[in-house]
Amino acid sequence: MPSKRITLLLSLLTVVAVLLAACPAPAAPAGEAPAQTGAQTGAEQPAAEAPSEGPIEIEYWQYNFAARVDAMNQLIELFEAENPDIKVIHNADIPYDDFRDKIAASVPAGVGPDVVTLFYGWQVAWIDAGYLVPLPEDAFPPSMVAEEFSPMVQASFVDGTLFTLPTAVRTLALFYNKDLMEQAGLDPENPPKTLAELEEQAVQCTKMDANGNYEIMGFPVSMGGQAHHWFREVLLRQFGQQPYSDDYRKVLWNASDAGYAAWHELLKFQTELKTGDATLFDGDPNFFLNGRACFHIDGSFRLGTIASQAPDLNFGVIELPEYNGVKSTFGSYWTHGITKKAAADPRRMEAAVKFLQFITSPEAGSLWVKIVGELPAQLSAANDPELLADPKLGAFAAGLPYAHATFFVDESKDRQALIDAYDAVVLTGADPDQELDFAVQTVQELLDEFWASR
Amino acid sequence: MRLTLRQRQVVWAYIFLSVSLVFFVVIRWYPTILAFNISFRDWNVFEAGGPWVGLQNYQEIWADFFKPRSAVRAAFWNTVRYVVLGVPTQMALGLGIAMLLGQIRRFVGFFRAAYFIPYVTSFVAVAFVWNWLYAPQSGLINQILQAFGLPPQPFTKSPNQALPAITAVAVWRSLGFTVIIFLAGLQQIPDIYYEAARIDGANRWQIFWRVTLPLLNPVIVYLSVLQTISFLRMFDLVQNMSEQGQGGPLKSTTTVVLEVYREGFSSYNMGYAAALTVILFFVILLITIFQLRVLSRRVEY
Repeated sequence: MPSKRITLLLSLLTVVAVLLAACPAPAAPAGEAPAQTGAQTGAEQPAAEAPSEGPIEIEYWQYNFAARVDAMNQLIELFEAENPDIKVIHNADIPYDDFRDKIAASVPAGVGPDVVTLFYGWQVAWIDAGYLVPLPEDAFPPSMVAEEFSPMVQASFVDGTLFTLPTAVRTLALFYNKDLMEQAGLDPENPPKTLAELEEQAVQCTKMDANGNYEIMGFPVSMGGQAHHWFREVLLRQFGQQPYSDDYRKVLWNASDAGYAAWHELLKFQTELKTGDATLFDGDPNFFLNGRACFHIDGSFRLGTIASQAPDLNFGVIELPEYNGVKSTFGSYWTHGITKKAAADPRRMEAAVKFLQFITSPEAGSLWVKIVGELPAQLSAANDPELLADPKLGAFAAGLPYAHATFFVDESKDRQALIDAYDAVVLTGADPDQELDFAVQTVQELLDEFWASR
Repeated sequence: MRLTLRQRQVVWAYIFLSVSLVFFVVIRWYPTILAFNISFRDWNVFEAGGPWVGLQNYQEIWADFFKPRSAVRAAFWNTVRYVVLGVPTQMALGLGIAMLLGQIRRFVGFFRAAYFIPYVTSFVAVAFVWNWLYAPQSGLINQILQAFGLPPQPFTKSPNQALPAITAVAVWRSLGFTVIIFLAGLQQIPDIYYEAARIDGANRWQIFWRVTLPLLNPVIVYLSVLQTISFLRMFDLVQNMSEQGQGGPLKSTTTVVLEVYREGFSSYNMGYAAALTVILFFVILLITIFQLRVLSRRVEY
């Protein structure tokens, strides 16, 4: 009876397999064991042979963005020259889209970074994940951060504890294509300073062919890009509605008519004024880089991209248009934290702290601004008259005093809620007010869940 | 103990089989069983092994399913739509093309290669090329439409068209495989049946329904099971063809696997993500068993 025997054999093997699999079932040791061995074989073995003598290696990770990689390579070179006993391995091979996934996949396997760069909006998730450790107070006193760093860096304190510190910060401003403005009969030296002017000039700058296809878009509102920030921190405030309650427990986007009015203003460009559709022409930011859009809201980091990918683009940058006499912009930053992996070993931790101090110094900031185009995180550098006079960076620097950084519980879900609301109106003609209410409800649930677990 | 030649052959067969079995146990079964384990834990990726929470993740999924505009519900429904739309189209086209290929005598190799090439192309590359073809204004398809005076279509930018548009690419991509298997199946059918049918005066249509289709049954079952599983696990194309890989617009293209990925690797809810995979596992298991039961018929003439 061969079939019987095979069945028996198979069931035996299944039992063995289940037993094999079930033994280390809690998985914690399985996941963490390589972390320890990895660290030991990686950097500690030489140390064990010659205690505290040999150079220590730490790993630094950021996502791949040419200008940032270049700037960080230079900083690491300077740092290593100053600290010959520390070697920094720079991993910047990971594309932006995969960055968090790679971190999530590699850290439990013990091959992650000691110092890592993350978007400030991800901090809470990473801290809740137990991934970042607080920065030691003796090396990074809170009073120093308050005095020396731009006010938006306060977002690096989570529940009163400092977890990360940036090299540079950024704000949003309005990019304008001078050639397209001229073609449309606008004065390229007089870009829009108010919302009304933006509407007017965007309409005038838009060009359509006979079939109703856009040839030139006046002002495409890019929700997948920066427009959701523009809505939260700029339009809402300008229309007179604070985006969140002071303690960040309530979403207030629809708390007043002013909130709805701000939402309608955001939608108006695509639905009424027909000044563009951000999904066309390879999407954001390519529609601007390819010279197919007159106006575009973006961050200072885009200066580097334009310089490398569209060096001939004839453009200028101006502060975000004001409304009701209110100026506002969204401030954000990529920030550096120290991981659990570094904290597990005092020598690595010491090296990581030194490295972090170095890359968050004013000197690092001034090197960074030249290469990446992001503003130094220190107040001193941001009050720099030379910087304010810069024809491109000046507009961003001018925004620093009135920039707001949003506290995000889950930045991607918050953003997705607004993208969905916008798409529902634009693509399916849904009621704008209901869509805003629904987005508020979605984000409020995120906040409730977050605060409930505190 | 002396073994007969036959016994020794059997022993060796088991030894060789055990090698691949070890591979399967370590690479396939072990992670699968771990996923079951994780689905009962409140586990975010960084802290390996979170606390045991029993069925909490499953309860959350159940609750989320009934929330207004739930991403989970959209994911399950979309997945069903991908299967219902994709599998029959794929099978019908595959069989049709295979039968046509069976009729021609010249350039057979060329045609087979042409149909098969997409299958060996990376999903990501396929997605990028089709993104260009589908591009709303500048895309080739819309330029052709406009050349014929037809209005341009938004394709992947529209909540109504995005899912069929992505399904079409999935069908196009795997068609070559279906064609090759059908070709092999068709060649297995002995000519005497066709001759007998023709002598009995059957027309082409009758031959197709009474001879070809019944005798192809094993191939049809095999392909439909395989294609159903592959459509149930739809991920790569959606990840690369929807805006920023979010399964949009308006969740119209998201799939169960995409939600698993987003929950696991973007919101770090590993337990929740694992629970979703376990549900998908049982869905696939049930559907496959059902297909094997219902479709398998032994046909003999």
